[in-house]
Amino acid sequence: MTLLSLTDAAVTLRQRPVFANVSLTIGAGEVVGLIGPNGAGKTTLMRAALGLLPLQSGHSSLAAMPALERARSVAWMPQAREIAWPIPVERLVALGRLPHLPLGGKIPATDQAKIDAALAYLGLDAFRHRAASRLSGGEQGRALIARAIAQDTPLLMADEPIAGLDPAHQIATMQVFCDLAASGRSTLVSLHDLGLAARHCTRLVLLAEGGILADGPPEDVLTDALMARAFGISAWHSQTPSGPVFQPLEVL
Amino acid sequence: MRLLPALLALVLALFVTSLTIGHAEAGARASLSALFGDSEGPLSMVMREIRLPRALLAALIGAGLGMAGAALQGYLRNPLAEPGLIGVSGSSALGAVLALQGGLTASASLGLPFAALLGAVVGVVLVLTLAGPRGGSLTLILAGIAISALAGALTSLVLNLSPNPFAANDIVFWMMGSLADRSMTHLWLALPFVLVGGALLASTARGLDALTLGEDAAATLGLNLTQLRLFVVLGTASIVGGATAVAGSIGFVGLVVPHILRPFVGAQPSRLLWASALGGAALLLLADISVRMILPDRDLKLGVITALIGAPLFLHLIYKTRKELP
Repeated sequence: MTLLSLTDAAVTLRQRPVFANVSLTIGAGEVVGLIGPNGAGKTTLMRAALGLLPLQSGHSSLAAMPALERARSVAWMPQAREIAWPIPVERLVALGRLPHLPLGGKIPATDQAKIDAALAYLGLDAFRHRAASRLSGGEQGRALIARAIAQDTPLLMADEPIAGLDPAHQIATMQVFCDLAASGRSTLVSLHDLGLAARHCTRLVLLAEGGILADGPPEDVLTDALMARAFGISAWHSQTPSGPVFQPLEVL
Repeated sequence: MRLLPALLALVLALFVTSLTIGHAEAGARASLSALFGDSEGPLSMVMREIRLPRALLAALIGAGLGMAGAALQGYLRNPLAEPGLIGVSGSSALGAVLALQGGLTASASLGLPFAALLGAVVGVVLVLTLAGPRGGSLTLILAGIAISALAGALTSLVLNLSPNPFAANDIVFWMMGSLADRSMTHLWLALPFVLVGGALLASTARGLDALTLGEDAAATLGLNLTQLRLFVVLGTASIVGGATAVAGSIGFVGLVVPHILRPFVGAQPSRLLWASALGGAALLLLADISVRMILPDRDLKLGVITALIGAPLFLHLIYKTRKELP
């Protein structure tokens, strides 16, 4: 089943072409890591795929959907962690259920169960009644991931969700995406931690030089040549008994 | 959810109190029985023609302004937003000022409210045109500030060039806002605008909740941001236009009430809409009671009292916010 199909997409912002000829298909049960240097257009690619930015040319299956259908097909966690009001964490996560809820009234038990599960997933049970906007940056990030997961869509798109999280929660969050993949749901996640990308993503998409430079399993993308070309770094990459390890070494 | 019943009880208590206060010397029991009884005595006339419309208008306009304030703060995700921000109060006041200056009020009894409504319509059309059909909240704020400034400048110009000191006096007093000597006609004039505005704002409740996460996330939750903005602006304009037309400029209600009540509803924008409507009604009833209690012979203006009540409350909130900072 195809959850996202982006064909020949091109985006130009303020007369500056960001990328062109980008095609990307995401099926069920994938954790797709979107990597690339700063300014490569990772955020732009995801926003354009969602229909939040106009595509100059090409087609996106998600952008073509009516708003409500899209809200049931994909959840989006923007990079800017916006929580405007000090609403309780539980309420914040419950916002993810908005596209599924009938107007007015209390939250039905099935929806509440999904909210509770998302809270438990991200280890937020203790924060349930705390004001979300007063949490620390990393805790806010986890609350917003929980919100996106509570939306319970086949596809989750998250823009640098693990930035600013402590190592345990970075790993736990990537593990959450893997668990979602095991149940058939997919994630497109942009990230800069290539070590975590190597270990947890089923597939990596390398965005650089105005297009997709590589798209495939981590070991095919995290090659010395591609790392040097896209990021200008050297790296140590190896299969170890405790899984793949990727460590950037030096700027070339 | 015990907040709403409590607020409702407060509004009812203040409403009844408002009915029993006035120039006519009569006990509370006598006034209320005159209102509901069959008698055609002078007290019944006073109750039905003077006090009832006054109390109803205070509750209606207060509710409208409170709700509009909560909606705008929710939409702009800014606790400093207030209904006057989108420029409709200013343009509506300008319409009224032009009517006062041009002597329209003398030739037609409802000339002033209609001129104020016309001003509100012109203002909202200008704001929506300036802000553009799409786009976020920023263009709306900028357009609102521009229209407010322009309307304020033109109002000052009218005052400046006014050859008639009595008209200038009228204008200044009208701009302070008042509910004195309003009739049922005024109520019927304002009611549809406040009700339609309230209905439009009520329909945005869910969208305002989603906007807590920012415009991008709200859009992917299935929200139509263009429609949401239109409803917030039209709803606020309708309420502010209707309120200003019959009561003049009444500030601070839409700013302070949502601010006070936010902690009691878990800061949730949708719940704040209803709480602020009740809170606004309570505050304006209280202010209108104060106007008549403090200086009964001096025609104290309502807008002055709301500002006098509102500003210290606001200072208290600033103090509280400051204490929460590290």
